[in-house]
Amino acid sequence: MTTTTPIEEDGVKRRDFLYIAAGGVGAVGTAFAIWPFVAQMNPSADVLALSSTEVELDAIEEGSEITAVWQGKPVFIRHRTKAEIAAAEEVDISTLPDPEADADRVENPEWLIMVGVCTHLGCVPLKESGDFNGWFCPCHGSHYDTSGRIRKGPAPANLVVPPYEFLSATTVKIG
Amino acid sequence: MSFEPKNPMLKWVETRLPITGMLHHALYEYPTPKNLSYWWTFGSLAGFMLVVQLITGIVLSMHYTAHVDLAFDSVEHIMRDVNYGWLLRYMHSNGASMFFIVVYLHIFRGLYYGSYKAPRELLWWLGLVIFLLMMATAFMGYVLPWGQMSFWGATVITNLFGAIPVVGDTIVTWLWGGFSVDNPTLNRFFSLHYLLPFVIVGVVILHIWALHTSGSNNPTGIEIKDKQDSIPFHPYYTVKDLFGLALFLIVFSAFLFYAPNWMGHPDNYIPANPLVTPAHIVPEWYFLPFYAILRAVPDKLGGVMLMFGAIAVLFALPWLDKSRIRSARFRPIYKQLFWIFLIDCVVLTYIGGQPAEEPFILVGRIATGYYFLHILVLLPLVGMFEKPKPLPASISADVLPKKSSDKEASNA
Amino acid sequence: MLKLIKTLSVAALLTVVSIAGAQAAGGGIELKSATWKHEGLFGTYDRAAAQRGLQVYQEVCAGCHSLRHVAFRTLADLGFSEAEIKALAKEATFVGGPDDDGEMFDRPGQPSDKFPSPFANEKAARASNGGAFPPDLSLIVKARGGFENYLYSLLIGYDDAPEGFDLPEGMNYNTFFSGHKIAMPAPLSEDGVEYSDGTPATVDQMAKDVTVFLAWTAEPKLEHRKNMGMKVILFLLLMSGLFYAVKRKIWAELH
Repeated sequence: MTTTTPIEEDGVKRRDFLYIAAGGVGAVGTAFAIWPFVAQMNPSADVLALSSTEVELDAIEEGSEITAVWQGKPVFIRHRTKAEIAAAEEVDISTLPDPEADADRVENPEWLIMVGVCTHLGCVPLKESGDFNGWFCPCHGSHYDTSGRIRKGPAPANLVVPPYEFLSATTVKIG
Repeated sequence: MSFEPKNPMLKWVETRLPITGMLHHALYEYPTPKNLSYWWTFGSLAGFMLVVQLITGIVLSMHYTAHVDLAFDSVEHIMRDVNYGWLLRYMHSNGASMFFIVVYLHIFRGLYYGSYKAPRELLWWLGLVIFLLMMATAFMGYVLPWGQMSFWGATVITNLFGAIPVVGDTIVTWLWGGFSVDNPTLNRFFSLHYLLPFVIVGVVILHIWALHTSGSNNPTGIEIKDKQDSIPFHPYYTVKDLFGLALFLIVFSAFLFYAPNWMGHPDNYIPANPLVTPAHIVPEWYFLPFYAILRAVPDKLGGVMLMFGAIAVLFALPWLDKSRIRSARFRPIYKQLFWIFLIDCVVLTYIGGQPAEEPFILVGRIATGYYFLHILVLLPLVGMFEKPKPLPASISADVLPKKSSDKEASNA
Repeated sequence: MLKLIKTLSVAALLTVVSIAGAQAAGGGIELKSATWKHEGLFGTYDRAAAQRGLQVYQEVCAGCHSLRHVAFRTLADLGFSEAEIKALAKEATFVGGPDDDGEMFDRPGQPSDKFPSPFANEKAARASNGGAFPPDLSLIVKARGGFENYLYSLLIGYDDAPEGFDLPEGMNYNTFFSGHKIAMPAPLSEDGVEYSDGTPATVDQMAKDVTVFLAWTAEPKLEHRKNMGMKVILFLLLMSGLFYAVKRKIWAELH
């Protein structure tokens, strides 16, 4: 907008303030109006409510594992052998890309429970394979050990341990 | 007048794709008559509502499921579980009504000020095409929640096509994709309900193009004669329209937040049941005048033809209205007729919502008759015999003396 | 501008009258009305009434009427604690599974479950109710003209049929039901439930309470909506004022 008419100093100030105030209020209003359109893409109330899964453990024998589903993702539940536990515990954690003690990753050493999603780009790793006899992700070659920690390959972090609790000796609630 | 950007980047783009210049011309320098009243705001408001419906619609379709077993539940899922889902859905359903209110006011403004007359016939036609597309879109959108009114509205309206001689039944079966309104129908309605708004956007662009070719009409109905008569669209009309928008949003919000179901029908909160028809089916309010015309004729084909005819005659308006004067301000008799016609349309709206029994049938027939009488007989006749008031010399001449008398009045 | 406002208000009035006319058509019987705390610009649901209403629903209505859109977890909005909701959900039984052998099994409800339906499907419901289908109640308040007042009137509207009224076998007379012949027998009777908060369970009280509860199930976001509406409208008023001032300023430079 161009105005060539001379206006006294005071008038200019008042006008500018008015324009800025109106523009500011308009901008704030627009920002608030946009929020619902963004928020609607977040998980809805019913999705959030389905945040836990209960799994029975008594059928899982030592040295085997099952894959449960929690929040649409695979969760590996492994009944580890003595050898696997020992292998996981004796590693010098300072040599690890993502240092974490095995004891911090399990509540009960016999049971290793973790989200079966490779921390690289989201593929599902294969059990009992790879250079460390843990898990191996076939997509881009990440090797995990018997505690699910990243040892070799492009993945940046250990397999994630979900929140869980043992409701009894044979029942675990994930989430 | 031409647009020459100073920024070298913009200049580079402009020489290859003159889109900024086009927008600059359309929204900035577009020479607009200086005397447009607030009645001219409803055009931009209609554009605004189209955008609101598009955005809320796209977002709602992220949560909606077009299946007869799931549609109703998915709408309730939106209302109860999706973040702000209730807001988005009420915006969309009330937004449809708001869109029609704004467009109806826009149309009646055009009728009052003779905006359909040469050289704006195509502009008028494009507007009517938008109106028809809006009706189709709104109708199909109302089917999607799959409530009782959705289902029975769809059944009744699609059955209208059964009135076509010989091929009617074939066409209805084709529309349904079955032998009744069912899942295939719902699916295709969803698809088309998503598609048509984008077609509307296309026609709106043509509508604005045609508008900017012949220029806006104005309350005097006389064309811009020299620079004195016009002002650039920005900032004068952008700010005027923004103020109008703010007021309009208050009205919209009042419905949205305090009476979101007032313009809807309770029966649409009952899931569709193909075996039970509600006692009293009515279309959404914006279809009521046409519904009244449909029911005015006790014959299937006749009713359908008359209903479509009610819109078809509007296309002929630029040639039916013989008067050379555009604005009703200078047409004393037409002005009276305009208001009677408006009341007639309100009566038709009322009748469309009433059960098909006396005295509503009789009133509906009289109102329907008058609708066509006004357009087909009175309008051409008035143009021939009416003695118009003297026109001002120019738009400026019309505005200036009034301004000074306003000032005197406020000084006194 | 003034003229525009005048014309617009007249047009609005006419339209409102014609639409309202359309909505009123069909009813005919004057409903009993009560005051509902959730009406009005600042209305909120009467929590105590809604909680009692849930009890009425569970003890009286739930035998025949489902509430299929309402999840237990949402009862938190009515002031129920998480533990109460869990306990309530646990009382219901749902079909779970399939287990590792492919069998379906019964499992207790969780807060994320919706209220269980008393019948497997519409046919089963009709078979148990002499051919009549007890409608789902989640949306019943919004799905009947007259809304809260209709439901309230219907619940207290049972009466002996007037002399000479032809009432078929298995039907009941209700003043407010269209045609007066209703398949549902009078559901509420004096002291039909025992309120834990000591409120006397009169028919009128129970009818009001269950209506408040069902108004909430039909429109659970009402409070959020009205609250937001007030803020939005106040904001828009401020914005309109500012825009009007800017408009005046800019147009003043023109003349």
